[in-house]
Amino acid sequence: MEVLEELLYTKEHEWVRKESDGSVVIGVSDYAQEQLGDIVYVELPEMAEGEDVKIDRDEPFAVIESVKAASDVYSPLSGKLAEINDELPNTPAVINEDCYGDGWLVRLEPSNPDELDELMSADDYYEFVESLSV
Amino acid sequence: MVDFAGWEMPVQYGSIVAEHHAVRSAAGLFDVCHMGEIEISGREAEACCARLFTNDARTLRPGQAHYSLLANENGGLVDDVIIYRLEAERFLVCVNAANVAKDFAWMKSHSAGFSAGGCVLRDLSDEFGLIALQGPRATEVAGRLDPGLVAAGRFSMRRSRLAGVEVWAARTGYTGEDGFEFFVAPRDAVALWRALLEAGSDLSLAPAGLGARDTLRLEAALPLYGHELGEDISPFEARVGWAVKLNRPDMVGYAALAAAKREGVARRLVGLEVLRGVARHGYPLFASPDASEPLGYVSSGSHCPTAGKALALALVAAGAAAGLDRALVDIRGKRRPVRVTGLPFYVRQA
Repeated sequence: MEVLEELLYTKEHEWVRKESDGSVVIGVSDYAQEQLGDIVYVELPEMAEGEDVKIDRDEPFAVIESVKAASDVYSPLSGKLAEINDELPNTPAVINEDCYGDGWLVRLEPSNPDELDELMSADDYYEFVESLSV
Repeated sequence: MVDFAGWEMPVQYGSIVAEHHAVRSAAGLFDVCHMGEIEISGREAEACCARLFTNDARTLRPGQAHYSLLANENGGLVDDVIIYRLEAERFLVCVNAANVAKDFAWMKSHSAGFSAGGCVLRDLSDEFGLIALQGPRATEVAGRLDPGLVAAGRFSMRRSRLAGVEVWAARTGYTGEDGFEFFVAPRDAVALWRALLEAGSDLSLAPAGLGARDTLRLEAALPLYGHELGEDISPFEARVGWAVKLNRPDMVGYAALAAAKREGVARRLVGLEVLRGVARHGYPLFASPDASEPLGYVSSGSHCPTAGKALALALVAAGAAAGLDRALVDIRGKRRPVRVTGLPFYVRQA
């Protein structure tokens, strides 16, 4: 299982990457994609022309379906939707192949940057996942 | 690994999608030791089978098998099975793992009229392991260990010896592909598994788990007990009415089955192509975005790798099913479009 040092994580196995412009990119972790197995369908929130799409922390904002099961993806942060990974619905298996890269889900502009402090570091997340597999 | 009817079962060895493709394009090996086996033997075994099962076991010669059903008195199903005639007075019934105890008790109680020695039922589930070898190259793999198997007929059953292991080799399966199921003593099951994998190592034979077994059988529209089949579902609703032979009025469930065939049934099993998302077991189906009453529900659904689509089977009110072309399935609160398709979704090339 791969955990990238520079990212932040949640107990629901999302990762968060802080961008230089203050926005954050969100995806699911290597552990998550491995548990899900072959990912066959992804549903992302829709961008709305000319209006803000608000995402709330701890609310489901995306759906990932693998052959085995459907999983909601809960947002680790509150914020405004800045970008979605348009390619993903056509190539959902990219999450299996490159969950920290081309398999990213959305980019947000956080409305409450303090929430970032509540996310787990890579070390803490690694320890957390290890504790699950015992 | 998951718990399945008390068995620790592999859902997948690697990727379900890769295992599914391996079975369709080359061959897959399945550990299905969880399946139950019940033996019916004795002078009256044939008459007993003719009473217990909906298909007419009297038509089987030794070495032949067929798909059959255990019906209840209401015309619903206790289980679906494959019944193998090993000898003139000896049948082996392969039953679903979750139903072994129920089936055995039910078979006992409905064969009580036969004399004690005339029809002997034994639950041999702990005395048989079962390994399925399925796919277009299954015959080639099996033939390397026993050349005699190459000529085995569909739904035949014979004694065989594979890499020193004694088996009953049946040309049956649950994937929509050609292949074999090997009934083997539990102490020999691991040796047989390894010998088969070794024999097929240069033919892309791969171990395949329960996950691929489910997507393969779904594409082939093979019913699964607890999904398409159940105590309150008629075989005429579930597309297995062909396995009901109404030529024995003393057959269990005869009156209800005959009435269902005569009068028609309330529901029909249809195929769905899910155009957005994945529809799964239990999701309701609607005619329109604002319809309040569902037309029916999804009995099985998954993404299907060979089709490259999300497919589903659904039990739909017979009136609504006629001419139904499009519908909506409620996928966790959102009604998504589906197209009604013919069944099965997948037929192997001869």
